[in-house]
Amino acid sequence: MAIAEHEPTIERPSWTALLHEWVTSVDHKQIGIMYVLMALVFLVIGGAEAMVMRFQLLWAESRAVPPNVFNQMMTMHGTTMIFFAAMPILAGVANYIVPLQIGARDMAFPRLNALGLWVTLFGGLLCYFSFATGGAPAIGWFAYAPLTEHTFSRSAATDFWIFGLLLSGVGSLSGAINLVTTVLTLRCPGMTLRKIPLYTWMAFWANVQILFALPPLTAALIMLLFDRLLGAHFFDAQAGGSPYLWQHLFWFFGHPEVYILVLPAFGMVSDVIPVFSRKVIFGYEFVAASTVAIAFISFGVWAHHMFTVGMSRTVDVYFAAASLLVGIPTGIKIFNWLATVYGGRWRMAAPLLFCLGFLSMFVIGGLTGIMLAVAPMDFQLSDSYFVVGHFHWVIIGGILMGLFAGLYYWYPKVTGRMYSERLARWQFWLLLIGFILTFGPMHIAGMLGMPRRIYTYPVDRGWELWNQVSSLGAFLQAPSYLIFVWNMIVSLKNGALAGDDPWDAWTLEWATTSPPPLYNFETIPTVRSRRPLWDLKHPDDPDWKYE
Amino acid sequence: MNGLALLADGTGSAQDLSIFHPASPSAESIRSLFILVLAITGAIFLVVEGVLLYSIVRFHRRASNTTEPAQVYGSMPIEIAWTAAPMLIVFVLALILTRTEFEVRVNPDRPPPGSKPLYVTVIGHQWWWEYVYDKYDGQDLGFITANELHVPAGADGVPRPVYLTLESADVCHSFWVPRLAGKTDLIPGRTNHMWFQTSQQGLFLGQCAEYCGTQHAHMLLRVNVDSPGEFQNWLDNQKQPASSEASVREGRDAFLSQSCVNCHRVRGTIALGSYAPDLTHLMSRQTLASGVVPNSREELRKWVIDPRQTKQGCLMPAFGLSEQQVDQIVNYLVTLK
Repeated sequence: MAIAEHEPTIERPSWTALLHEWVTSVDHKQIGIMYVLMALVFLVIGGAEAMVMRFQLLWAESRAVPPNVFNQMMTMHGTTMIFFAAMPILAGVANYIVPLQIGARDMAFPRLNALGLWVTLFGGLLCYFSFATGGAPAIGWFAYAPLTEHTFSRSAATDFWIFGLLLSGVGSLSGAINLVTTVLTLRCPGMTLRKIPLYTWMAFWANVQILFALPPLTAALIMLLFDRLLGAHFFDAQAGGSPYLWQHLFWFFGHPEVYILVLPAFGMVSDVIPVFSRKVIFGYEFVAASTVAIAFISFGVWAHHMFTVGMSRTVDVYFAAASLLVGIPTGIKIFNWLATVYGGRWRMAAPLLFCLGFLSMFVIGGLTGIMLAVAPMDFQLSDSYFVVGHFHWVIIGGILMGLFAGLYYWYPKVTGRMYSERLARWQFWLLLIGFILTFGPMHIAGMLGMPRRIYTYPVDRGWELWNQVSSLGAFLQAPSYLIFVWNMIVSLKNGALAGDDPWDAWTLEWATTSPPPLYNFETIPTVRSRRPLWDLKHPDDPDWKYE
Repeated sequence: MNGLALLADGTGSAQDLSIFHPASPSAESIRSLFILVLAITGAIFLVVEGVLLYSIVRFHRRASNTTEPAQVYGSMPIEIAWTAAPMLIVFVLALILTRTEFEVRVNPDRPPPGSKPLYVTVIGHQWWWEYVYDKYDGQDLGFITANELHVPAGADGVPRPVYLTLESADVCHSFWVPRLAGKTDLIPGRTNHMWFQTSQQGLFLGQCAEYCGTQHAHMLLRVNVDSPGEFQNWLDNQKQPASSEASVREGRDAFLSQSCVNCHRVRGTIALGSYAPDLTHLMSRQTLASGVVPNSREELRKWVIDPRQTKQGCLMPAFGLSEQQVDQIVNYLVTLK
């Protein structure tokens, strides 16, 4: 296979020409990069909002941050992280990598792709514009009615929040339509759906989920807007509306949403672990099938967020059983990943390091999820810090660890340079230790009776120590994100040239240059198995003999 | 901060809100369930992390070895095994949780025979708790109080279950006193039910567990579990209209002529407001502002002058009262025992 050793000479364009090129780009690779950059900026902002909260919670009855400010931070931290950091960064990676992995030249709808990016960004900005109304909304990221009704949230902040989310929802939906169409129609010859890389498979199903999960949220947001601005009473109990309706609609979106976030991360891990263990993924069909199971079952479990609202006992039992069931396909994936590492010959590098962090931590988050699926336990643990600990554990220990594995894995492909392994190690250990210290004690505080979303707590509850450990962990975690950003920037200049295939990997993106040319591949490849480059490198023992 | 120490049992020690120290059968059921689930998930944790650790240690590539290991594509029997085992665990968990669900959530219309049930309607407000005492052991009660719930302990072999009917006057709230029961939400437009019973006397703490706005953090719960005799005394006192001492006539007049009466109720006077806590027996409570500060003359005075100094964002504003009006009103309020 060819390795490009020379540095290409480029005529340096003016910065206005460069800006114009990027802003008007319809190239999936540039759009992917812009999504990731946008998300990283919002990640840092969301992180700052978290630091304000953690600072306020250091001491019982602290007066550092007033309640209305804390509650705005609480709302915007959740909103920012889910809608303007996590979703865009995953959309960005999918945008960049999926067409390459399926041997296509671009997404099916390049202009729709650009629309999705800019609309998502505009949505984020509109949401943040709420600060100009005198304060961001203080409604929580899942915005329960009737607190969000005009009676209880008087300023226009909530309206900006709604509009911002409606816009970024349009962005997500357009991205989903694009990605699903791309995977269904633009695969290179020989690549049946059963032969696509697991990352593409999981990104595909996550986007199928977006198609079904986002519209209910859009509908609920519009209904709320009608309530607030046009005198409707969808969620207004005093006029016969139903707060329950909001909860059902929101969580019907909200639960699949977490799988929308985690499936792509699962996909990244599914591509990285085999390459660094030097062994094909164990049980490809089962990993793929369990993905489909998750995509479907995740739509039937939403009311496990509502075990305390007074549903009937039968309904509680159904949602508990379904929530336990949805844990099984994830468990199967974990076993298959372990079976891939087992018997392999793994070599250490940042992508694998983050995968190991993912494997060890995500299991714990999954197990606390099993605890929460058991409905009567929710009667105590729901709305407590146990839940805050659980979901941050799966988000950081699961989604973020998997995401960093993917970002380090594909950084050489995108930039043509190797990142700094030393900085990556620093990031990893600070992140791992910091996140364990931040979110571990939250489980304990929750079991000791501490509810969530409180800007302070009484002196005599025994919660102060746990909060202090959490805040200490946050101070450890925070620099890790900055180290990551620094690594990304500095390696652009200082990193060793990567070549086409620095990891000796097996999927199609490694068959072209780093970075790929505008048209991705000189000739569209024809494939015969799930690991086309393995076949090329091992002509005596190709995959297609065994699949 | 020093005032808050007084809220504890007098020794300033930490109050226990642990879900692992249940004082009632429903909290006990949940704890037992938790221990079982912890055991099962703990076992899974040890197995999975163990295999991971072993794999990391055993299968590190040696520097000398650059060949690829054997490529193992999968194994149907293994996949079936590790799908069936979790399904079995899930099945067992489903059965267990169903049993606990039906144990913990019971029908309030059917108290156990031989028990003396108490029925209270709890109405959640931003950011305080209204308690409408309905019935106890067959007696109609018909009074309203706020923020501090008194209930009788089971004693002499007679259980005294407490059935709470939960409603909201504004937004969603949640009633959570961990040692007594799991939480149940208060949803506007909807009536929910929960119950607990205990034979342990004492003070049980909790707080609102559904974000309800600015002072969600200070919507605290205090459940006083009294001996049956003490509880009856408390009931008898609460049923009385407000005391009407001649010495504070000025203060009463000042109170009744201000806008206080628009929101507050003092039974036996013209103050019949229902938007704010009932003050008829204000001085029978240990705290003010739903558990935030001790009920002392000093804190009461501070509250009457400007409630938002104690509880920023609270819906009661400062009324711009003169020093004299404040003194008179406070003098009156402290007689409402």
